[in-house]
Amino acid sequence: MNRSMGDSHRRFLQTMMSNGIIDNIQARALHQHCCEVHSGHYIPDKLDEFIDVINAQLQPMFMNIRKAMSEEDGLQYYALVNLTETDITRMSSDYADNELELFRKAMDLIVDSENGTASSTDILNCADTLQTKKLRKKEAELVLNKFVQDKWLNEKHGEYTLSTRCITEMDQYIRTMYRDLVKICHVCHNIALQSQMCENPGCGIKMHLPCVARYFKGRSDPHCPACSDFWPHEIPEFHRRQSQASQSQFSSAKENTAPAPSTSSSRRSRR
Amino acid sequence: MSQKRRVSATQSRAPKRSQIVGDDEDDEDMSFTQPTSSQVQRARENFTTVQIDRKTAEVVQFILIKDQKKVPIRRADIVKHVMKEYKPIYQDIMKRVTRTFEQVFGMKLLEIDSKNHIYILVNKIEPVAGEPVSLYPSNPKTGLLFVILSIIFMKGGVVKEALIWNTLKKLRVDPGEKHDDFGDVKKLVTDEFVRQKYVEYVRIPHTEPLEFEFRWGLRAEKEVSKLKLLEFVAQLHDQEPQSWTQQFREATAAESSQ
Repeated sequence: MNRSMGDSHRRFLQTMMSNGIIDNIQARALHQHCCEVHSGHYIPDKLDEFIDVINAQLQPMFMNIRKAMSEEDGLQYYALVNLTETDITRMSSDYADNELELFRKAMDLIVDSENGTASSTDILNCADTLQTKKLRKKEAELVLNKFVQDKWLNEKHGEYTLSTRCITEMDQYIRTMYRDLVKICHVCHNIALQSQMCENPGCGIKMHLPCVARYFKGRSDPHCPACSDFWPHEIPEFHRRQSQASQSQFSSAKENTAPAPSTSSSRRSRR
Repeated sequence: MSQKRRVSATQSRAPKRSQIVGDDEDDEDMSFTQPTSSQVQRARENFTTVQIDRKTAEVVQFILIKDQKKVPIRRADIVKHVMKEYKPIYQDIMKRVTRTFEQVFGMKLLEIDSKNHIYILVNKIEPVAGEPVSLYPSNPKTGLLFVILSIIFMKGGVVKEALIWNTLKKLRVDPGEKHDDFGDVKKLVTDEFVRQKYVEYVRIPHTEPLEFEFRWGLRAEKEVSKLKLLEFVAQLHDQEPQSWTQQFREATAAESSQ
């Protein structure tokens, strides 16, 4: 494993730094591109090894490129995260104090909600109770737009959610700050915000929507994986264009010697 | 007026060590005395390698965050906010920081002002065509900056501000109006670009009414390739870069000295 950083790794890292997060397909294309520009040795399907080389160098700086699943579509992403401070460090240079306070309020609302969303009305109502410096509604709206643009929040029909980048980057922060509120997905063991919850009061486990879809796929009579109570929610469906690709990728990387498995059977067997 | 008096007053009392106050500008010169080599030696023994590595990482992060906004980084700020009690081994740590930037990030940490000790990060990785994910996600301000730097360079390095504003007006960017992408154009150019050290904006002496002129800033000199810029301008005019003898000579000279 004697692999040192080359310019191809540096280009990859810098692109991650300026974009914050990229999806799986982009990451694969970028890997190839970086290797070709610097006539590095490009091995398809070895993206994770390529990233490991970068991560080894980033580790002393408390930075890391991480795989993350989107709560929304279940697709896989790569995010550059900063592990030093548990607070909102990376944001602190880009936003004013009252903007950060608004962000924290939005985060409170989202984490405290049942389904991981907060309405724009509820967030905007916090704007004139800010302690640092009040924001007018109009200003607060612009700030929220900026959070979406900078990929910290997602917005759909006036409902805000924490973005994949935000959850990945602030994983530790969320787990510490909302220790009693936040739950972990029973399937993937990451923070679960946009999710379904078991209604058995003695159980109450959560599962991400894409995890629910994957877990109950093909089962007509869904039961909670923890307490075996009936799972009363509608089982969502996802188009699995990308996750399919990444999964077969994943399994072929694991079972290096085996011939590429036929996708459908291998996917099921992993569960 | 009172501002002026205050500054000169502090300066005259500068030798007093007790004078160190919160103001970044001042405490730099007063507190940053070069330690002797035996002092450095003793200080080194006070810190473990782990501690030094940790401090190096903190400085790297600090500089990266500052660089996001393209704000030049002052030694005084590094010392005050990050280095703190590690100040005696400042040089040691900065050597490691510089090495990290080159080896891990492909960036060069340059001291652009050795009197006031101001650093910038210059990227050694350049954007290329056909990127699946952009190295620099598009920023309209960069386009505007490029236009301004081109005008200055093609006009021989210095231009009066009126020329810049008039040219921008022809491109439908009116410095007097609020622009969709740039906001207050005049402020962006004469304040933000100046603070980032992309351009210099200075008063022409003995003019009445006041007149100002633009030059390239120190960051532009380090970061922007004059040859690439000339090639771009030449392309617009459908000519060879060599047809601008003066500019071509300067551009090739700058290229070989980098």
